[in-house]
Amino acid sequence: MDEVKQPVAPSRRDSIDLLEIMARFAPLIFLIVLIAAFTIAEPRFFSTVNLFNVLRQVSIYGLLAVGMTFVILTAGIDLSVGSLLAFAGLAAAAVAKGGLANRFTVGVEQEAAGYGWGLALLAAIAIGLAGGLIQGTAITRLKVPPFVVTLGGMSVFRGAALLFAGGGPISGFPHDYAWWGQGRIGPDWFPMPVPVIVFAFFAVVAHVVLRYTRYGRNVYAVGGNPEAARLSGLNVPWLIASVYVIIGFFAGLGGFVLSARLNSAEAVAGLQYELTVIASVVIGGTSLFGGIGTIFGTVVGTILIGVLLNGLVLMNVSSYIQQIIIGVIIVLAVAFDTFAKSRRRRA
Amino acid sequence: MNQPLLKMSGISKRFPGVQALADVSFEVAAGEVHALLGENGAGKSTLLKILSGAQRPDSGSIELRGRPVELPTPHAAQRQGIVTIYQEFNLVPHLTIAENVFIGREPRRAGFVHWRAMAARTREITGRLGLDLDPHALVRDLSVAEQQMVEIARALSMESRLIVMDEPSSALSAAEVAKLFRIIRDLRTQGLSIIFVTHRLDEVKEVCDRFTVLRDGRRVGDGKVAETTVPEIIRLMVGRAVDSLFQRRAARAAGEVALEIVGLTRRGDAQNPHAIVLDDVSLTARRGEILGLAGLMGAGRTELARAIFGADPFDAGEVSIDGVPVHIRTPRDAIGHGVGLVPEDRKQQALFLALAVHTNISLAALGDLLRWGTFIDERAERALVEQYRQTLNIRMAGPDQLVANLSGGNQQKVVLARWLALKPKVLIVDEPTRGIDVAAKVEVHNLLFGLADAGIAVIAISSELPEVLAISDRIVTMCEGRITGEVAAASATQETLMAMMTDRARRAA
Repeated sequence: MDEVKQPVAPSRRDSIDLLEIMARFAPLIFLIVLIAAFTIAEPRFFSTVNLFNVLRQVSIYGLLAVGMTFVILTAGIDLSVGSLLAFAGLAAAAVAKGGLANRFTVGVEQEAAGYGWGLALLAAIAIGLAGGLIQGTAITRLKVPPFVVTLGGMSVFRGAALLFAGGGPISGFPHDYAWWGQGRIGPDWFPMPVPVIVFAFFAVVAHVVLRYTRYGRNVYAVGGNPEAARLSGLNVPWLIASVYVIIGFFAGLGGFVLSARLNSAEAVAGLQYELTVIASVVIGGTSLFGGIGTIFGTVVGTILIGVLLNGLVLMNVSSYIQQIIIGVIIVLAVAFDTFAKSRRRRA
Repeated sequence: MNQPLLKMSGISKRFPGVQALADVSFEVAAGEVHALLGENGAGKSTLLKILSGAQRPDSGSIELRGRPVELPTPHAAQRQGIVTIYQEFNLVPHLTIAENVFIGREPRRAGFVHWRAMAARTREITGRLGLDLDPHALVRDLSVAEQQMVEIARALSMESRLIVMDEPSSALSAAEVAKLFRIIRDLRTQGLSIIFVTHRLDEVKEVCDRFTVLRDGRRVGDGKVAETTVPEIIRLMVGRAVDSLFQRRAARAAGEVALEIVGLTRRGDAQNPHAIVLDDVSLTARRGEILGLAGLMGAGRTELARAIFGADPFDAGEVSIDGVPVHIRTPRDAIGHGVGLVPEDRKQQALFLALAVHTNISLAALGDLLRWGTFIDERAERALVEQYRQTLNIRMAGPDQLVANLSGGNQQKVVLARWLALKPKVLIVDEPTRGIDVAAKVEVHNLLFGLADAGIAVIAISSELPEVLAISDRIVTMCEGRITGEVAAASATQETLMAMMTDRARRAA
């Protein structure tokens, strides 16, 4: 064909968009700068022990943030993750202990009564999936905005957790259970914490799903333009509901790993996790308006928040100030996102 | 009537890529009803927006009663006594009539809203209009006609001297239209001027004193309504030599019936339950032909397309594909039965602007590009994108370029490619060339010819009559949700189509 031989005439808007590049790499650059700054201010920061410490601290947030990326890609939000995580953790703990009656038993007695970590993990994930399915169904069938449904869910699951636990914690698990939170893999000079490996594994899986599968493409499409997605034959309600099931899965898994790390599950676990998790995802470049974002960005964003908090602790900054910083960061990240969106609109 | 109430002179307005108004002059005398006429895109809306302060002209001047005025904002226009009533009313549904009439200008006493005075004045104004409406009734409980009266009451409460009505009769029943016209005549005797925008030319004869016709952003005629005829006005509205612009499709024999619709009916939504969107629509589309669907804005063309495609529900009627009755409730169903729709609003309804070109093209057809049922075969996807880049001549930097950065014509080709990748039997294209330049329009036309030649039944909706005439084999016209006529494109002219598309034809039929 003659037309094909013509040189491709790029439009003038094809020029390199500095803003887009900044949006893509800003979190990574910021992370590197932050690590350098903390290392200069406090040399203890840049040690293998401390860095693994940071990673272990962020791995629970990270699991939730991976799920939250799916949700926010569809322009949704999930405020209930912390509550669902607490409920799922308690369920796992109760199964591991063989019932609430054995709440404080330890040692041989406990090993005999419990059902093992495998069933405990399944229980936590089942709770998470069920919670996500209920919320996803409410959003798509009752047509209640995700913000409202999960705000309700935040209260419902917290209440359910408190009711289930009867107020107190469930603590003291078998070694193989606690290993999932406290264990390490690798040589002595490179002892990788198990939660970090779990986080890394699921981050890779989520990346592959979003990047290389039809389901992942459809998630981006639904978030980018739900009406166009519907008119292109996508099953939009099903896709929307599915991302809440996915984040429910991660809330369940996170609840299990957290209880293992603390060797205790309690109803007040995961308080305000939603804030940190949403901040991680948004800082990682995922747009709250949907359709834009990557798992890579989320991982960077998660580590960035973890480094920030850890560094501030090492520098003896009050935890109250940390809360203020997180809040400001969320607003700034979204302001940047809104600015970038208005730029795209004009383009 | 020595001095006109409104005198707009030399008004020009340019938007990127289009001269919306070129040196337009427009005069309205005090106490007259003035019809502003023209095809879709002739520049009526832009002129009204300038008059209502929503947009500023690039050049030209506006005089009211001989004094030059500036109308930089809608508020400024209202203060000058110019009130515009749009097709979509600017009413707050959950407030009362009185609150809507005086919104933002509530009568006050000691700093507080003087509710009794507000109700009394509302009653006085509605009484002046010969209406018996309770000022405390909620607007959402009113009929469309009554809501329109509330808009007029609001205009009167602002002591306006010039009321602009944009297609005021389009949503009204015959009895309601008669009432509206009675009120318009009353207002005229009270010395108000009214600019009346309509597509119904019989109404112009009925209620208007003078008229102005715009075409392609220029004033092409004006005069006294009593001294002209409807065919003469139609000639002014469409009379241009554009046939040469588009290459007309050579006539060819159509194949078997691919799509048949019988008695498709859709009633209005909850807000407006008595209106009828689609009224007993029946038509057929054959393989290898392009069926043009012509009609004025609001005639129901888009609604028909969306109903066939399952994007909107309908209340009654049957759809058959290849002679087999099918149930299409969602776009998914439609795609499953081989029906595609290129929607009218590219950016809102078709494109994923934040995503790459390749994703935009392959999205609907990804099912055919999978390995192990899940993973996208990226090599096959690239091949698909490359295939359509060549056949549709899509000009892009590469498949990873964001679709937002393509020109309008290339974006439209991307949307077409998405549907072609599904190999549809029936493809409905709604305003396929809206907002793209002439060269790209011709390209899209040739593409549609190619699709029809390949055996697809193409249904093309367009507001541009020359385009409908050029690309169609057969043309069906619609007006107010009904089919009003069918002609072979070869024997149709813009004038005959315009007559079929307006109310006269329907009432005669």
